[in-house]
Amino acid sequence: MDMLGAEALIKALEKEGVDIVFGLPGGANLPIYDALVDAKLRHILVRHEQSAAHMADGYARIKRKAGVCFATSGPGATNLITGIATAYADSSPMIAVTGQVPLAMIGKDAFQETDIIGVANPCTKYAFQPRSVAEIPETVKKAFYISESGRPGPVLIDIPKDVQQAREEVSFPSLIKVRGYNPIVDADLSQLERAVQAMMKAERPIIMAGGGVILSGAFSELQALAELLMAPVVTTFKGKGSFPENHALAMGPIGMHGHAEANKIIIEADCIIAVGARFSDRSVGRFDEFGKGMTIIHLDVDPAEIGKNKAADIAVVGDVKSSLRTAVKMLTKYKMAKRTADDPWLKRRKELIDYYADSIKDYPRELTAKKALKKLRELLPPSAIVTTEVGQCQMWASLHFDVIAPGTFFSSTGLGTMGFGFPASIGAKAARPSSIVVDIAGDGSFNMTENSLAVSVLDKLPVIVFLMNNYMLGMVAQWQRTFYKRRYMGVHQQNCPDYAKIAEAYGAQGLRAQSLEELDTALKKAMNTDVASVIDISIDPEEDVYPFVAPGTGLKDMITGA
Amino acid sequence: MVEVLKSSSTISQDDTVSWHLVAALVENKPGVLFRVTNLFRARSFNIESITVGSTEQVDLSRMTITTKTDEKTLDQLVKQLRKLIDVVEVRVLETTKSVYRELALIKMKADKPTARMEITSYASIFRANILDIDKDSIMVEITGTPDKIDAFKNLVNSFGIIQLARTGVSALPRGENI
Repeated sequence: MDMLGAEALIKALEKEGVDIVFGLPGGANLPIYDALVDAKLRHILVRHEQSAAHMADGYARIKRKAGVCFATSGPGATNLITGIATAYADSSPMIAVTGQVPLAMIGKDAFQETDIIGVANPCTKYAFQPRSVAEIPETVKKAFYISESGRPGPVLIDIPKDVQQAREEVSFPSLIKVRGYNPIVDADLSQLERAVQAMMKAERPIIMAGGGVILSGAFSELQALAELLMAPVVTTFKGKGSFPENHALAMGPIGMHGHAEANKIIIEADCIIAVGARFSDRSVGRFDEFGKGMTIIHLDVDPAEIGKNKAADIAVVGDVKSSLRTAVKMLTKYKMAKRTADDPWLKRRKELIDYYADSIKDYPRELTAKKALKKLRELLPPSAIVTTEVGQCQMWASLHFDVIAPGTFFSSTGLGTMGFGFPASIGAKAARPSSIVVDIAGDGSFNMTENSLAVSVLDKLPVIVFLMNNYMLGMVAQWQRTFYKRRYMGVHQQNCPDYAKIAEAYGAQGLRAQSLEELDTALKKAMNTDVASVIDISIDPEEDVYPFVAPGTGLKDMITGA
Repeated sequence: MVEVLKSSSTISQDDTVSWHLVAALVENKPGVLFRVTNLFRARSFNIESITVGSTEQVDLSRMTITTKTDEKTLDQLVKQLRKLIDVVEVRVLETTKSVYRELALIKMKADKPTARMEITSYASIFRANILDIDKDSIMVEITGTPDKIDAFKNLVNSFGIIQLARTGVSALPRGENI
């Protein structure tokens, strides 16, 4: 079949089932945009490429298939990088397609030329640069295969402009092979058997569920394992929402701003079953202290995660959904005696929850972040999708917003990208238009990508920005209070801009809440409109996030602020 | 295509650190060496040398990496290398079951007849070749394990080494090992 490079790209994307792309045109990807005119694909025009990448990421996290974003060469491509690095840190599948200067101009420091392959290398699974039209279909197919399989991640395709506009004979392969890439899917059965034996032997087992559970959609398998073992379940922050947080075994996230009872119980366990988790510093504190004297069972799809931060006693490499399913079958076969409610370990769970519920004092104010988030939970249906920005708002969400339906919560957990939540929530809305989508935001982060309001309004992808405004870069301010003797520097955003007015300026709904009652009214208004809403919720600049495990310390050193 | 990277040693010389040979088969295409070395830099792997060259298969290159490191870091280095899409196969080679060689060119001062005589006799003991002589200097080519080259270098150091170039190690397993 004879076609232009740009047409081959669009056709190859359509063959992969792509129905939506987020992007912004420029000189070096004009042929691709021309081909889009006749395509069935829906194109969403962003106002900054970073947001295109975050939207593709948000879309991917809900669809569990690669999101696609387009940018031109040079600054267009480099603007994508923050979003690509965010997806890489959180193992989110993404295809980023960038325009490049014509082949003959590469290496000549041409206008808007960047070596984006070099720039993207450390934050992509792979970066392609097809140098002829004929290479495009195979490249796209390989890109999706690499991006979505194994431990997912972003893949970049950089297409020189002359390759986009050349006409050549192309064929679309139905099968491709990447010689150096063979993601392991099925776990080694003897390792699984060892793992299951250790789980049954444990007196105080704990499940630590990570983002891998969400990525592989292993929700029911995880729940089955927990219920068979009657083991309490903590999650990493990335794993928040992998397990219903209202479940009788749920303990919530561990980590720097984890739930106090979760941080406490995990150091009392004798066996940690880590599922799709990578023992990040934010989750486990000090590597040398964490899990000392306990049996560590580590299930992960990425062999390189085994032993990277924490040595495992038993490692099971493979897709965690399939590993868990087999483990559950094995456990069922062994008919393990069920732990009853008077089991000391389960009693301890209850005791810790009750203890911290009483001992952690609420911040003395009528409207606090905690109360605002409890109100949000009360009003939202369980099916609502919730994402967050980064900083205090994110950690409050982790602490005070319980995720009930698995897989309905995500955040920039690895890279911690401020400005992620809002565009990502728009991507999530595009992936599942029937759900209410909320971005739990702070003023600092929302300011970074608020121009996506234009996208939300014009493309009819309404989301609710739940903006807890403390007029500060709150997390930095908290650290300056805690570690730098309240010597504030560079944290005062003050009341600028007026977020409700900003919303109105874009044609969205701007709402304000100074009290819980006003918040109740505003939220109901936002949930009953078909346009994006920004709710500017006024909270106290001095409200800290507690508990807090200071950097470089262990979970046992947690400060509860009580 | 041969490249040698020398990086500063940050790992303390304690008992657990030892010398390792890592062999990798990689796709023979542009950018692969960049991806590998960028990985080492990004994850602070301490590399002594890395060599790349063509193999019996047109589309594959063989990379030999030498590193002084502990077992845990070696394990990560191998696993992270395997994750690279362009890396087809990675193995840690046991030194006793492999043949490994490096080549060095050493140019040293030899402005007196006695010095020339001495260098020539040392070279013959080490089975090194004299490549070039002029009135003030001699250039020697020596092939062997890094230890042997170090030994020769130490021996001729007193003559005054003017320039030295080492290729880094290339290695193959003995016998039928892949």
